[in-house]
Amino acid sequence: MEKKSIRIGCGSGYAEDRIEPAVELAEKGDLDYLCFDSLAERTLSMAQMRKLNDPNTGYDVRLDELAYTFLPYVDKGLKIIGNMGAANPKAAIKRVKEIAEELNLTNIRLAAITGDDVMENIKETDPTILETGEPLSQLPGTIVSANAYVGADAIVEALDNGANFIIGGRLADPSLFLGPMIHEFEWAEDDWDRKGKGIIMGHVLECGTHVTGGNFADPPYRVVPNLHRLGLPYAVVDESGDGVVKILEDAGGLMTTETCKGQLVYEVHDPANYITPDGIADLRNVTVKQVGEDEVLVENGSGKGRPEQLKVLVGVLEGYIGEGEMSFAGPGAYERAKLSQETLEKRFERLYKNNSLEIRYDIIGVNSIHGSAAPEPSEPPYDVRLRSAMRTESKEIAEEWAHEVELLYLLGGAGAGGNRRNVKQVLAMYSTFIDYDDVQLKVDMI
Amino acid sequence: MKKIPLREIAYSRSGDKGDTANIGVVPFDETDYELIKEQVTIEKVRELFGELVKGSITRYEFEGIKAINFVMENALSGGVSRSLNLDTHGKSWSNLILRLEVEVP
Repeated sequence: MEKKSIRIGCGSGYAEDRIEPAVELAEKGDLDYLCFDSLAERTLSMAQMRKLNDPNTGYDVRLDELAYTFLPYVDKGLKIIGNMGAANPKAAIKRVKEIAEELNLTNIRLAAITGDDVMENIKETDPTILETGEPLSQLPGTIVSANAYVGADAIVEALDNGANFIIGGRLADPSLFLGPMIHEFEWAEDDWDRKGKGIIMGHVLECGTHVTGGNFADPPYRVVPNLHRLGLPYAVVDESGDGVVKILEDAGGLMTTETCKGQLVYEVHDPANYITPDGIADLRNVTVKQVGEDEVLVENGSGKGRPEQLKVLVGVLEGYIGEGEMSFAGPGAYERAKLSQETLEKRFERLYKNNSLEIRYDIIGVNSIHGSAAPEPSEPPYDVRLRSAMRTESKEIAEEWAHEVELLYLLGGAGAGGNRRNVKQVLAMYSTFIDYDDVQLKVDMI
Repeated sequence: MKKIPLREIAYSRSGDKGDTANIGVVPFDETDYELIKEQVTIEKVRELFGELVKGSITRYEFEGIKAINFVMENALSGGVSRSLNLDTHGKSWSNLILRLEVEVP
């Protein structure tokens, strides 16, 4: 008898990913599941802030487009799982229901997963913040969100109940992919090795085009065909938890052992302990093997029990960043940019020092990215851009500092041009932990 | 033996979790793994990154895919949400580490 396998695709690698390759996967991938990761660290806090203004919002701003585009595929048998509920999965699912009715689709079974919002709980328990070592209540600024990274259990429950469009909040990225595996293959709760493999497969898929040639090209060493239409990945996973990752035949990009290795190391710390809400995966012995053109077998992962606590991400409003940029070009450009930086430094000392939390200067084209590790240029650069950014508690001071960079039109080196400025509110993210059993997830079938 | 930049024999990818950066280094040819393990050391990485990394640096090994991974604490000026760095995620750090020189036969 042939081993049972399922086909799982990644519909989105981050909150503002392109929709078109996900449509191609839905159209041509013969997929059983299409999973969408829509949340980065800050996305959820911003969604919480939208919800504070209007309790009917707080979900992924792309929700309408996703629903209109993919509901017809769900009606024909595709199952969709995503964390696009963000701060408000119930409002999201209500909106998807309206769209399904508008499209006259009758085969849609919706589920909302809630319970990851642990704001009330942690305000009561006042846990220690990892970054500061102090209790939550000691954080300066306004706390706007606290969401626990939650796992696949509720996804499995929703699938067991027949849901085919499942929306949650802070579902951990690999869990979106693990849920269908546990549901389809009926893995035992303590089958940690297979869950570990499933988590690793989820990790390979979760960042979308990161495994198909995105963030990879560096000619002539690394060459990627058709970057302008990179395809999203999908995997054929069997009941052992191992699987083959692929791209569609006519998709741009590539699937090689090299692109897979690049994703396997991405945002992993200790490979023996890749911690997710569903279990701790061990990536040390994972192997990748090219088994066809754009087809890579991922195997030999393992795992161990799940962690006793879940990570909670706390969003805190704490001040503002004001920044500005100004360009210099032609002979002497670098010297004129440095002279302008000195001018700014002196104005900072005289007028802003006491109101600033942090100040930074960069010369774009020389040292703005690798900072002190960047070598001094061997030739004077022809075209450089001075940038300064200040973090401060006051919005007005941030705005004034951004304006100071504009003033370089008159105060700085000659030929200053192309000023841009920007002021933004700082939404800082802190982390803490909550006991696994203190997070009660709820599945609402609609 | 000749000296070449790491970029000739390996590629790299970096990412962030809060104020912690990680940089994975993967040889194109798995037979270069031992050489990279020997020469791409914590000491050399600390020297290259200098004051960019304020905290500890740990190195891990992926024996299966033949890759090494550096984890750097207090390395992103407070993390993506509050850092004044242009590259708040440290995505470009993968290209800094590829400047390291290695000796090859």
